[in-house]
Amino acid sequence: MRNYLAIVEREIKSYFSSPIAYIVIGLFLLLSGIFFYLIISNFMQMCMRADMQAQYYQMAPPKMNVNLYAIRPILGNISTFVLFFLPLVTMRLFADEKRTGTIELLSTSPVTNLQCILGKFTAGGLLFIIMLLSTSVFMILLFIYGKPEFGPVAVGYLGLLLLGLSYISFGVFFSTLTDNQIISALATFAFILFFWAIGWFSSILSPEIGKILNNFSLIDHFDDFAKGVFDTRHVVFYCSFIFMGLFLSFVSIESSRWRGR
Amino acid sequence: MIDVKQVSRYFGRVAAVNDISFQVAKGEILGFLGPNAAGKTTTMRILTTFIPATSGTATVAGFDVHEQSMQVRKRIGYLPENPPLYPEMRVRDYLDFVAKIKGVDAKRIKKAVDDAMGKTAITNVGNRVIKHLSKGYKQRVGLAQAIVHNPDVLILDEPTVGLDPKQIIEVRELIKSLAGEHTIILSTHILPEVSMTCERVVIIDKGKVVAEDTPENLTKNLMGAQQLTVSVSGPDKEMADTLSKIQGVDTVQIKSQGKGQAFSTLVVESKSRDELRPVIAKTIVEKGWSLYEMKLEDMSLEDVFLHLTTKEEGSVQ
Repeated sequence: MRNYLAIVEREIKSYFSSPIAYIVIGLFLLLSGIFFYLIISNFMQMCMRADMQAQYYQMAPPKMNVNLYAIRPILGNISTFVLFFLPLVTMRLFADEKRTGTIELLSTSPVTNLQCILGKFTAGGLLFIIMLLSTSVFMILLFIYGKPEFGPVAVGYLGLLLLGLSYISFGVFFSTLTDNQIISALATFAFILFFWAIGWFSSILSPEIGKILNNFSLIDHFDDFAKGVFDTRHVVFYCSFIFMGLFLSFVSIESSRWRGR
Repeated sequence: MIDVKQVSRYFGRVAAVNDISFQVAKGEILGFLGPNAAGKTTTMRILTTFIPATSGTATVAGFDVHEQSMQVRKRIGYLPENPPLYPEMRVRDYLDFVAKIKGVDAKRIKKAVDDAMGKTAITNVGNRVIKHLSKGYKQRVGLAQAIVHNPDVLILDEPTVGLDPKQIIEVRELIKSLAGEHTIILSTHILPEVSMTCERVVIIDKGKVVAEDTPENLTKNLMGAQQLTVSVSGPDKEMADTLSKIQGVDTVQIKSQGKGQAFSTLVVESKSRDELRPVIAKTIVEKGWSLYEMKLEDMSLEDVFLHLTTKEEGSVQ
């Protein structure tokens, strides 16, 4: 436990003593902010049109659903940005240790490979949580000026968290395979993009296979969360995905000892 | 303290280390000497549990490096060829982290880090970021990292590389001062370093141990014959004849005729290890020749090293 915490602490410090954390969080917030603005302006226009229509027909103005028309697209957007940003968070975790040789320190210290992998995964996860928390500014604004339901927002964020942790677990895995951070980031990106878009193949392939593929799609499982629907099936899917990534990382680290690299 | 038995390590079909065996007693400094790619680093990596051996067994402090690797890891300090430093960390934070993962008691960490920094003379850079340090300081931080948890065994891969002469002397003194309390294996390709710091030397080449002894014995045994260079003026032929008649002298060669020079140089060889210089000097003086210089050609560890490693090469071809 102590080793695990020591590794988490070091990784977090290292994120914040290098520009990575600030650049990733800053750009992520900037992009989400721009899209938040676009979505909200869109939503305002929609509300105004609805109001005008209601006046024209002399009806009571309709109730516009903030959760449906604003929060859902915002969460959808964030889930896309995460796809681009998380490989940059995970790329250095093992690749840099291999490049600088500090992996020799870790592998000759009384730290197990599991503690090491979980420590790095947790550090990446914590940085991601900070990223998510920083977007809560948008939600706070919506809660001040509107009356969204809290439940669906919480479920949506839980979905984002699970989605992001799945990316991170495979980011850790691809980082164990190379000593080059760019390769690590690109491989992670390509891999999660593939599992993100795997559902698109269903239109080309037969409906039966398509149905199976859809079950593997990272984004399909997120849809329900974005709607505010909590379904344990999706939680189980993401947890298995995370477990798989961590398991592969473990196998990769163990075997690199035998290969002697 | 360290016991290596018939250890081999293959990378693919290439043997980096081939059937190596040696022991290191508690408190001893063992020099590990060999040309580049001889298998020094591989052997050290096996001892530090970084990579497993293909065959053979090694124990450190009574624990098997493969079966009980966590026990071994607690008892070793390792300085790899490139010091394993996190460039973005501050020296003190870095050593704190190492002390933590090496299992130093939370209460004793501060003292352990202070001690390690004091011993390696880096207290003044404790708050500096590692990437801004000079190569010499980085090396010392690497050394501090290896001793911070006060391990029984220290394994140092070329610890003086990249240091300036003053720092090299300091690091050697430091290593010597650590012996006794710690058992040390030190790899190097700098030969004087071995004769200066180590009590025993293992010379390895192409993955095999080619010699193992004290630095003095290695030079002594290899010499076999002693060689004297004598600079003297007088009739060359007569001098050579006279000197070769001395008891114990086997051959006398005239190296340079004294043309334009005040003296000739004679090379005297003897298979015995008796001291011949007083007798030769006396003979020359009695004959009325003038003696300019007499030197015993000592074989250095360099010669031993070259002899052993090139002989090996010859036998392979």
